[in-house]
Amino acid sequence: MSTPVIHDPHTLPSDDNVDPYTFCVELKGSQWFLQKGKMIAYYGRIEFNGIGHGRLDRLVRTSFHSPLHASDWVVAEGSGKMLLADRAFDVNSYDLDEGNLTIRSGNLLAYQPSLALKQSIVPGFVTLIGTGKFVAASNGPVVFMEPPLRVDPQALVGWADCPSPCHHYDHGYMTGVMGGLRALTGIGGASGEEHQFEFVGAGTVLLQSTELLMPERDAGVTPARPGVPGGAGGHGSGQGQHGSVPRLPGQLGDLQRRFGL
Amino acid sequence: MLAVSLAGDAVKAKNGSMVAYDGRMAFKKMSGGGEGLRGMVTRRLTGEQMEVMEVRGEGTCWFADRASEINLVSLHGEKLWVEASNLLCADEGLRTGTTFTGLRGGATGNGLFTTTVEGTGQAALLSDGPAVVLRVTPQYPLQVDPGAYIAHQGNLQQHFQSGVTFRTFMGEGGGEAFQIRFEGDGLVYVQPSERNTIGGDL
Repeated sequence: MSTPVIHDPHTLPSDDNVDPYTFCVELKGSQWFLQKGKMIAYYGRIEFNGIGHGRLDRLVRTSFHSPLHASDWVVAEGSGKMLLADRAFDVNSYDLDEGNLTIRSGNLLAYQPSLALKQSIVPGFVTLIGTGKFVAASNGPVVFMEPPLRVDPQALVGWADCPSPCHHYDHGYMTGVMGGLRALTGIGGASGEEHQFEFVGAGTVLLQSTELLMPERDAGVTPARPGVPGGAGGHGSGQGQHGSVPRLPGQLGDLQRRFGL
Repeated sequence: MLAVSLAGDAVKAKNGSMVAYDGRMAFKKMSGGGEGLRGMVTRRLTGEQMEVMEVRGEGTCWFADRASEINLVSLHGEKLWVEASNLLCADEGLRTGTTFTGLRGGATGNGLFTTTVEGTGQAALLSDGPAVVLRVTPQYPLQVDPGAYIAHQGNLQQHFQSGVTFRTFMGEGGGEAFQIRFEGDGLVYVQPSERNTIGGDL
């Protein structure tokens, strides 16, 4: 236990980590998008305004394209240094250069307006496109992996440069009634790892080192239109089932399908 | 985890925070935070309750609480203001007391009062994630989110600052509706996490 480092506005880093759990953003009359409630302290004069603030209209037109998440985001502007943190999770900044990155919406803390935020087709994820810096949180340090790869749904933080994400179910899960029953009830032995996300193609997959998810905020659903995944009554969560009726976990709907009913 | 070496002297620690010890130790519950009858009544009245035990003996004693991060603060006659729930352990030589904090407590949900630690010695603070220590000087006042504040020391004035406008009530608020503004000379300890506060979601 060493003596703590005392920070003041001059020793705080500019756009860098203070410690693994705290990130410092320097504003010089510039703007940053920020998820609500992630600011823990700031020096200087900084103003926080909701996305709907009239003056931000032009900014929002170029860098924010997700009505579902609009109520969770604010714009910080002014000059000074501000500290960001999230539930004592690890935070890191990443630079995108004419790139794209898709991330679980709850893990993204802040981003520069030179990036554009859009909802991903995968429910519960958002995509950042463009050039700039963003800050993301993860439970435990982030691990970067190259596809082809199968990952546990709970460990997935995001992916960059477009590998193709898809669901993968193990063979035993697929075959026959017994397989379905086993997976649903756990009777006869289920490892709990029969379902993964599979990534193939070029790119990078970001994983967190625990399987603890951030509690997700219900951001609502995309409008119900034909061809929109997760649109019609699906949940906002990443594992939302594609279907017309909301499903309970462990519901036997799949068994009927197996019999062709 | 905090290891304290004792040689016949004593520390005050949060009740139930001992996880292990070697040597000879005696644990004694101190009612009302060990501040005597007056302190006991004050704590009851203010709701800033602190369950404290006195640990006395020889050897090493380890303290921990819910895997929270522990920060050591050395005091040389200064006064430290800290939330009772964030104080893990203090040297015998430190006096603890209760003070009125004004409006800030109301927004943090921690009550209107806070605990003071005064004297010479070391105090151990609990935080969710390692605390960041920020210096406040007259040129550089500091704004802190009430949910992330854990303690401060020095000659600081705190103001409660609110950015609530009609937009907040329309669900278009800035997300940071309440802040504590520190002015003067001193240090502020913040944790990289936010407690749930009344103002937290506005």
